[in-house]
Amino acid sequence: MKEMMVILLSAILVDNFVLSKFMGVCPFLGVSKKVDSAFGMSLAVIFVMLMATAVTYPIYTLLLAPYGLEYLRIVVFILIIALFVQLVEIVLKRFIPSLYKALGVYLPLITTNCAVLGVTLLNIDDGYTFSQSLVSALGGGLGFMLALILFAGIRQKIDSSELPNAFKGMPATLVAASIVSVSFGGFSGVVEGMFQ
Amino acid sequence: MFVTYIFPILLFVGLGIIAGLLLAVASTVFAVKSDEKTKAVREALPGINCGVCGFSGCDQYAEKIVKEGERVNRCVPGGEAAAQKISKIMGVSFQGVSSKKAVVHCGGVCGATGRKYEYHGTPTCAACNELYAGSGQCDYGCIGFGDCVKACRYDAIHLVDGVARVDPKKCVGCTMCAMQCPKHLINMVDADATVNVICSSQNSGKETRERCKNGCIACKRCEKTCPHDAIHVEGNLARIDYDKCTRCGECVKVCPVGCIHSFEL
Repeated sequence: MKEMMVILLSAILVDNFVLSKFMGVCPFLGVSKKVDSAFGMSLAVIFVMLMATAVTYPIYTLLLAPYGLEYLRIVVFILIIALFVQLVEIVLKRFIPSLYKALGVYLPLITTNCAVLGVTLLNIDDGYTFSQSLVSALGGGLGFMLALILFAGIRQKIDSSELPNAFKGMPATLVAASIVSVSFGGFSGVVEGMFQ
Repeated sequence: MFVTYIFPILLFVGLGIIAGLLLAVASTVFAVKSDEKTKAVREALPGINCGVCGFSGCDQYAEKIVKEGERVNRCVPGGEAAAQKISKIMGVSFQGVSSKKAVVHCGGVCGATGRKYEYHGTPTCAACNELYAGSGQCDYGCIGFGDCVKACRYDAIHLVDGVARVDPKKCVGCTMCAMQCPKHLINMVDADATVNVICSSQNSGKETRERCKNGCIACKRCEKTCPHDAIHVEGNLARIDYDKCTRCGECVKVCPVGCIHSFEL
């Protein structure tokens, strides 16, 4: 249990996919304009991360690894991720069309979101068991959500502030992103210390 | 041989087929029910999302027509053509669209009225109106920065001599300009209403005369002349009742300041 907590919390805070590993920066900058759509996007990413891990882990351990086909894993994993992204898209279109419109092109882009592929690959590289992988995927997704929602709040402040023309829009956003990222550096070592 | 070459291919193809099947099933189970009728109705509408029909946009109006049997003649910009198309799609009898035109009720052209102060701020009517009700001498008059011109999607309203003027041939009656005017000078009238009072000043006659040569001074000569009891002075301003007006133009002839205009259709 303690081990699971360490994996979960370090995936959220210390090894945050967006702010420490710099994966999934595209939706991080693209969908973080409003807190609502940031929340919807991160729910979609959490779902895709969990489902993709749940399917890719057994495929890798049962089908690919025993036959020495490790080289196939990136292609196969992308296939599985694409499947789940398409599923999410179909379901959203049917039940929450407003969110579907708000996410726009970023929803299909989850397919090539390296945070999702990163979760599935890193779980295997780190030698996690199936349940540990799921916890790590959940933590990765929650970390993505935390980063996105925190940053959406900051961006709403930035948008309403008066900036020099040279800083308006993307420059101010990128500077803010780097400061948020640096502030997350303060978490390193905290999680290990918490459970000693 | 089998394990190195054929098995990976089979595995990948198999996974692909399974994923494809799953998606096919999901897309039929969760299919969005956008029926042909809604699509056809939506295509018959002009798609400018002006909101004159009372709904937030063309998509919503099309949906209301198909699902709740909303009247098909609400689209003013689309006019008769759109209404006819939609009634054909829906299989209901065609009702005419009461087409409207915009009229700018101000005659404060350059030379007729002056400035209260020099304005150097943001060049929009909305901004200028915030500062002592605009820079014009008449507090009711056109400010002349053309917020309405920017709003028009049909190139039907222009600044002529410092005052917005509507081209009745191009205007489709979408109300986009009327929504922009901070002075509420733009009204929608029936398309065949060729006689209009081109003033909105509710100042007393004396005050109006001091501020603008073309303003209505509420002398009531039009009221006395009108053979159809269709024009009345209320609140220091002549107003036409278009239901009674026969467009005879008698009032245009007697108006001493010439604030009642008529135009040819």
